[in-house]
Amino acid sequence: MHKPSSHWTLLVITTLLAVACSRSEQGAAGGDNAKATAPVASAIRIGQTMPYSGPASAYGTIGKLQTAYFKKINQSGGINGRKIEFLTVDDAYSPPKAVEQVRKLVEQDNALVIFQPLGTPSNAAIHKYLNTKKIPQLFTATGASQWNDPENFPYTIGFNINYVDEGRVYGKYIAEKQPNAKIGILYQNDDYGKDYLKGLKDGLGNKAKLVVAEATYEVSDPTVDSQIATLKGSGADTFLNVTTPKFAAQAIRRAYDIGWKPTQYLNNVSASVGSVLTPAGLDKAMGLVTIAYYKDPTDKQWENDAGMKEWREFMTKEYPEGNLSDGTNVYAYIAAQTLVQVLRQCGDQVTSENVMKQAANLKDFAPAQLLPGIKINTGPKDYVLFDQLQLARFDGTSWVPFGQVLSVL
Amino acid sequence: MQSENSSALATLAHPQRTARLVLLALIVFACVGPFLLSDYRVFQLTLVIVHAIALLGLNLLTGYGGQISLGHGAFYAIGAYTAAILIEHFHVAYWITVPCAGMVCLGAGFLFGLPASRLENLYLALATFALGVSLPQILKYRHVEHWTGGVQGITLTKPEAPFGLPLSPDQWLYFFCLAVMGLLFAGAWNLLRGHAGRAIVAIRDRPIAAAATGIDVARYKSLTFGVSAMYTGIAGALGAIAVQFVGPDSFSFFLSLSLLVGIVVGGLSTISGAVYGALFIQFVPNLAGDISKAAPLAIYGVLLIAVVYAMPSGIAGAIDKLARRLGGFGRSTPPASVSKHRPSQPGRNHA
Amino acid sequence: METLLHQIFSGLAAGGIYGSLALALVMIFQATHLVNFAQGELAMCSTYLAWSLIHAGCPYWLAFVATVGISFVAGAAIERCVIRPVEDKPALSVVLVFIGLMLILNSVAGWIFGYTVKPFPSPFPDHPLFGNTYVGNHELGIIAVMALTVVLLYLFFRYTSLGLAMRAAAVNPESSRLVGIRVGRMLALGWGLAAALGAVAGMMIAPMVFLDPNMMSGVLLYAFAAALLGGIDSPGGAVIGGFLVGVVENVMGAYVIGTELKLTVALALIVGVLVVRPSGLFGKVLVTRV
Repeated sequence: MHKPSSHWTLLVITTLLAVACSRSEQGAAGGDNAKATAPVASAIRIGQTMPYSGPASAYGTIGKLQTAYFKKINQSGGINGRKIEFLTVDDAYSPPKAVEQVRKLVEQDNALVIFQPLGTPSNAAIHKYLNTKKIPQLFTATGASQWNDPENFPYTIGFNINYVDEGRVYGKYIAEKQPNAKIGILYQNDDYGKDYLKGLKDGLGNKAKLVVAEATYEVSDPTVDSQIATLKGSGADTFLNVTTPKFAAQAIRRAYDIGWKPTQYLNNVSASVGSVLTPAGLDKAMGLVTIAYYKDPTDKQWENDAGMKEWREFMTKEYPEGNLSDGTNVYAYIAAQTLVQVLRQCGDQVTSENVMKQAANLKDFAPAQLLPGIKINTGPKDYVLFDQLQLARFDGTSWVPFGQVLSVL
Repeated sequence: MQSENSSALATLAHPQRTARLVLLALIVFACVGPFLLSDYRVFQLTLVIVHAIALLGLNLLTGYGGQISLGHGAFYAIGAYTAAILIEHFHVAYWITVPCAGMVCLGAGFLFGLPASRLENLYLALATFALGVSLPQILKYRHVEHWTGGVQGITLTKPEAPFGLPLSPDQWLYFFCLAVMGLLFAGAWNLLRGHAGRAIVAIRDRPIAAAATGIDVARYKSLTFGVSAMYTGIAGALGAIAVQFVGPDSFSFFLSLSLLVGIVVGGLSTISGAVYGALFIQFVPNLAGDISKAAPLAIYGVLLIAVVYAMPSGIAGAIDKLARRLGGFGRSTPPASVSKHRPSQPGRNHA
Repeated sequence: METLLHQIFSGLAAGGIYGSLALALVMIFQATHLVNFAQGELAMCSTYLAWSLIHAGCPYWLAFVATVGISFVAGAAIERCVIRPVEDKPALSVVLVFIGLMLILNSVAGWIFGYTVKPFPSPFPDHPLFGNTYVGNHELGIIAVMALTVVLLYLFFRYTSLGLAMRAAAVNPESSRLVGIRVGRMLALGWGLAAALGAVAGMMIAPMVFLDPNMMSGVLLYAFAAALLGGIDSPGGAVIGGFLVGVVENVMGAYVIGTELKLTVALALIVGVLVVRPSGLFGKVLVTRV
């Protein structure tokens, strides 16, 4: 006697149905392709994976804002007469899901580019695939350093300032201004934190011994109190805070509360006045130094700035559910403009190859939400968008830029 | 286990012949299907197969054995990393890595099962919960990073079809996984039908009576753990080869939860339930994501609860019931094994 | 030495976090003999409710009382509407409903309130007692609140007929029905009380970790461990378990194994203890009836 045959019968039927469904779906997709190649309805199909669910859901707002942005572009006539068709799907911050979804976007939906897939793990998982398929992995939303490799991976280009570069700027600055510093660093135990540490030591050069204490945390830790106590106990007088917003706020507050008063450097990831410094306590954040490249939406000094006014108007009109104090929304807005710029430069030749060529051919592009003096420049051998940074110090209400615009190299 | 189900169907006209025909149809379909579908769909079906193997492994432990595991994603990860490390650092052929992953996980599962099988269900839930949460962190540990690649993980190349077969890599991998699945399902069926299977179920339902009849309860429990981990580890290895990537974030706690969801939704203590559960955890999250970008997991959660309400003994149980009704067996049939036992009730059988 | 003291005190503070959620887990276990995986998310939702009330201009303590009350009703309602249909189903079906509930609550909270962290006010004065820097007033406050809760729970379960009826309903529903206990009502009551305790825990934890939809995801495992370490049927044990977990984890992390593996080692230790003492440090030894 075997397993009840009814199971297997049903299984066969359901699978056949599934096949039938996916066949018809394919047919539909095929039909669309036929249309896509026809000159009349030549839409530009952009794919994207975003963590709309899972541990990184906070960044889902990037995809939502960009959906609204491309809708607005389409309403005003599209790009060179073409509409943008933006397919943004959930990958739950899971690499296998990202692979599955990107394959769907590329093979089933015939996406021209994959724009701003988010997260180092997801991007690492689709890196090879997209380059083999010669589909641009355009402006990855991660600061890992490996996206700048035009020799081996010509179809991948990053967007964020990469963590190694940012860490190096802090290192150089400390080596120059505080040659006798004793540095304690708190970092997230993953590539993001480790890249920073590498950059910092790189920037310190022969002064790498200045780092007297390193403490890590996991995203699953409820607090970083213990780590702050360790850093204080090490006698460090300089604190490099390489943490995501929640932990940054905890660390700033805790350091103050236990009476540790080092010179503090805060990574750009958490440099938001509204969502980090305010929860931590503005008085406790006094004197912090960070690196910036775009304008903080909660910073009073940009209240009447034209670029930020434009952004705020967009937010209230097109994306009212978005958070006006979240810097991620400014970031997403800049990235969307950069894509539109690339597509404009493509003219009538909207092919994957040309998109990549134009992405590596941005000259002095400066969306109005970037800090004054910061411009996007790329070249066939230079896949780094931002090679200039600005140091800024917190004066209790806003970030005050100081010194020259610095080169990361 | 089998006898109860089959007794309900014993009166079917020609059960043997029907079963054979259906099985044949299934095999024919499984072989022809990939030629009708796009590579992307074939890839998805491959993932379904991978999940089905993992679910069968967990079902052996939790469904049949009554030991709850909230951390089977860890064994999936160990299998995946075994395969990836062997391929990346030792240039071992991908197909050899699959049995290797199975052996490693058999060992790991057995060793974990030794102390764990001493724990009452709630404490076992904690121990496995802890395993599921800490393994991704261990993978990032400084001293193993050289092997595991840290957060960047390891990227693999997709194997080509051998012997010049006219198959795309996706089709080849599908058939490869299908063959492994066939082997493992047949193995499980054999195991559960025999002495070992009866002992496993006896330990779940009447542990003290089982011990009294001379079954070495502790050894059987850890062995079940080992075999279960082996299945899940083999699935992990196949999954790594299919996805071409392993990284700590691939094996978050959500994976362990998904596996648990899969076996309950598919049907506890059923072999076919593994396939239904695999279809559910593969396709329903995508469906939820298509419905809502704002709160996809809320949709998933609602669907999940709905399925539990509608089919308390899983999809396999519901189909059984349906088949009985359609076959004119509306009279009170012996309840399916699933609803009769209450396997692994956290905290409920403290007398 | 100073650092060691800091580590111990921050361990105690973390222990307060784990212990307060562990109390809610003990409560629901006493009432239903199940561990509710959605307990953390329920507490998080209650905290958002309190935040909304405070934001709307409600004074803290009024918001506090209102939140606890509403959470009680919501907890009982969830039991009646969501859990009741699967109550007589295999335990794993119930666990699945918990998982579904957890996903829904987390996702919906993120959808409504967004994912940026929000500061949550502490009811205790800001300036530390005697100018010490080791332990803040909020940490002391959380410990006091927990101690109070433990005493109340103890008295409730030990001396009130309602508390006894709830325990009876959980341990032996059939016999309880025979002696006239409304088992269904007891279960709903247990859920309500657990949700109310969770609300208190959430409002005590949020000022320390900040309010966001994932604030409990890291805490739940520790709370579960704390509850089991102390003995899942003992409120006092849960609190002491929480402190032990917090201190051991911090001291081990800072001095012995480094911060990278502190979660792993802490959990391995706990599981080790449980292998030796299966009913926890303060739990009752259970005898299985054949």
